[in-house]
Amino acid sequence: MGIFLSDIQPPEKVTVINIHGTDTTRLLEMGITPGLEIEIIRKAPLGFPMEIKVRGYLLSLRESEAKCIEVAS
Amino acid sequence: MSSEPLTIALVGNPNTGKSTIFNALTGLRQKIANYPGITVERKAGTTIIGGVLHKIIDLPGAYSLNYKKLDERIAYETLIGSYEHEEVPDLVLVIADASNLDRNLYLATQVMDLNMPVVLVLNMMDIAEQNGITINAEKISKALGIPVVPISAKNKEGIETLKKAIQDLDLTKPDPLKWVPSKALNKAIETVLDEWIEPYTQVPERARYIEALRLISEGEFNDPFYKFEQPGVGKKAIAKARKNIEDEGANPVALEVLQRYNFISDCTSGASSQNGQQKRTLTDKIDAVVTHKVAGPAIFALILLFMFQAIFSWATPFMDMIDLFFVEGGNWIANTLPPGMLNDLLVEGVIAGLGGVVIFIPQILFLFFFIYILEGTGYMARAAFVMDGFMTKVGLHGRSVVPLMSGFACAIPGIMAARTIENWRDRIITIMVLPFMACSARLPVYALLIAAFIPATTVLGVFTLQGITFFGLYIFGIVMAVAAAAVMKKIFPTGQQTPFIMELPSYKIPTWAVVFQNTAERGKVFVTEAGKIIVAISIVLWFLASFPKAGTEQYEAEASSTETIESFQLRHSFAGKFGKLIEPAIEPIGFDWKIGISLLTSFAAREVMVGTLNTIYSIGEEDGDHVTLKEKLINDINPETGKPVYSIATAISLMIFFALAMQCMSTIAIVKRETNSWKWPVAMFSYMTALAYICSFIAFQLISSW
Repeated sequence: MGIFLSDIQPPEKVTVINIHGTDTTRLLEMGITPGLEIEIIRKAPLGFPMEIKVRGYLLSLRESEAKCIEVAS
Repeated sequence: MSSEPLTIALVGNPNTGKSTIFNALTGLRQKIANYPGITVERKAGTTIIGGVLHKIIDLPGAYSLNYKKLDERIAYETLIGSYEHEEVPDLVLVIADASNLDRNLYLATQVMDLNMPVVLVLNMMDIAEQNGITINAEKISKALGIPVVPISAKNKEGIETLKKAIQDLDLTKPDPLKWVPSKALNKAIETVLDEWIEPYTQVPERARYIEALRLISEGEFNDPFYKFEQPGVGKKAIAKARKNIEDEGANPVALEVLQRYNFISDCTSGASSQNGQQKRTLTDKIDAVVTHKVAGPAIFALILLFMFQAIFSWATPFMDMIDLFFVEGGNWIANTLPPGMLNDLLVEGVIAGLGGVVIFIPQILFLFFFIYILEGTGYMARAAFVMDGFMTKVGLHGRSVVPLMSGFACAIPGIMAARTIENWRDRIITIMVLPFMACSARLPVYALLIAAFIPATTVLGVFTLQGITFFGLYIFGIVMAVAAAAVMKKIFPTGQQTPFIMELPSYKIPTWAVVFQNTAERGKVFVTEAGKIIVAISIVLWFLASFPKAGTEQYEAEASSTETIESFQLRHSFAGKFGKLIEPAIEPIGFDWKIGISLLTSFAAREVMVGTLNTIYSIGEEDGDHVTLKEKLINDINPETGKPVYSIATAISLMIFFALAMQCMSTIAIVKRETNSWKWPVAMFSYMTALAYICSFIAFQLISSW
């Protein structure tokens, strides 16, 4: 297993490799698709959720969701 | 040309300005209510275009037709014409945020798959422009095969353009071009259609294709909305379809999504372009401050402080005026109408009840005015982002903070504010624990008991024991709310997994018409829907405290010389009998029948307890202030034991009881409205009262044996 979005410290740009986990439809539907570049903008006060920019809009992800997204920097 | 009256559905992602468009189209010709049996709000209205009256339905915001939430499911079921409580639309307007085109088109491609007339409305063209995005609507229209109307709903021009587009629309136009699924996916779709949906289900014609895709992606009958008899056959067909895809080396969950996004990229490439490098937008700049690790929570705290200061101090004069109006009005009627039962019923039952309803309106309006501004600007999602880390630690959601804090003023607006929490489970938990927050109606009760029974001893130089008790009661409420939330998180089934993914929309100036209209709507909903329950309970409480009537002769014959007729009447009423009846049950927590009566009467509002005790202790209006009642409470001696009725143990037990028990009919009424069921208010009343009893019992027994 590679690195996951949850491991990345902002600010950083990464490319989505794959989405893992059982309930991933919505992550994909929100436009987080393999091959896409996403920008990690910041983390909230206690570390999570994290704010990312994907397809030009901003999204907040909790740790459990960020852990589903395999990325490469 | 559409000269026939149509039913037009608005559908779109959240935060696309759908409400603004709905508002601009319908103006004041709109109606908001809950769908029967659920808590999703139905917004519908009418609009006149070219002399024809059309119906407009504003469907709940949805990211996808592959629904993950009840709201999205309603939108889906309505679109495919299988929702029994909604009309079948003739035309769908997909509202898309032009500054965020790809993701918005995702839903549009799904709606297009339903084979019904679709118009794509590209809203917020102005923001797209500001962000350096240029969009060629004609090219997109050609690529998708449907009419595309670019507008900025905020200015009137956009709405006229939209109306004209609807007027000129040719509803018999051929089907739009579809995205073309890959061979593998197509084969899978056919499998599910041929072997399951067509022979075995009643899925409406237009929805079969998209339902097949949904089943392939879900892999199971997740929350089906149609009936079927042989699930085994369906499961087999779905498994077969998925295996086909897997054999081709693809992922059945992702395949459809990827192909739709590829199709979208093809449509927008050449039709939408970004000027040079992506600019740092205004939203990025504001976010750098308001979601900052340190500044973010501080700014949120300041905003909250300002809001609640406003609610407390700005709402108070209005509340005083309302109070005065109803008291004076009641007095006027009492003196004008001939005395008797009707007079009493009107003044003490109906008018007191109405007053008890109207009194909440200022706080509700102020709170929702602020909430709709915060929502309208896009800040609310940031507040949730900043607070989510803290709130998930205690089992709640970042969006629970504003409702919970509102609970310090009053649980009613707080519970209404919980509707801003999207996730049903988080919303219901927030509602269920919210009444533990020490609302302002508890203040008079706490003040009386603390003044009477807690010594004003100075502690640590600056604090008094009384102040610390006060503070302790507030903290106690918060701790109990957090503990209850943690327990409920364990108990409540997760049900269908709901994603917590939250969009942080671009900042914008709120549409003031929407802010005002929505705020007024909340006040109206409270008065019309919770109000009737409150008035009804108020009348019942009046009846219990007034009947059976004790005659003057009986009073003169039986009452002691110091007892007023009001006290005597209350003692002999059903409420009095109730107090006596429950005395054995409340004795272990240190209460006597007098408190028993006030537990019943204070169900109208907690602060009524003070008034009831005034009446019981026969304190006339002329000397009826807390000081006298305080003396009476302290000096009340139990004739059997010769000891004071109220010990410090009783006082603390009573404060704990008031901190925890569900002593408020208005809360019950609003929980019924907001959850659309009696199940939750009954559960709330039961668990809070049980918890109050247990805690009071422990406290009383410990302190009195100590």
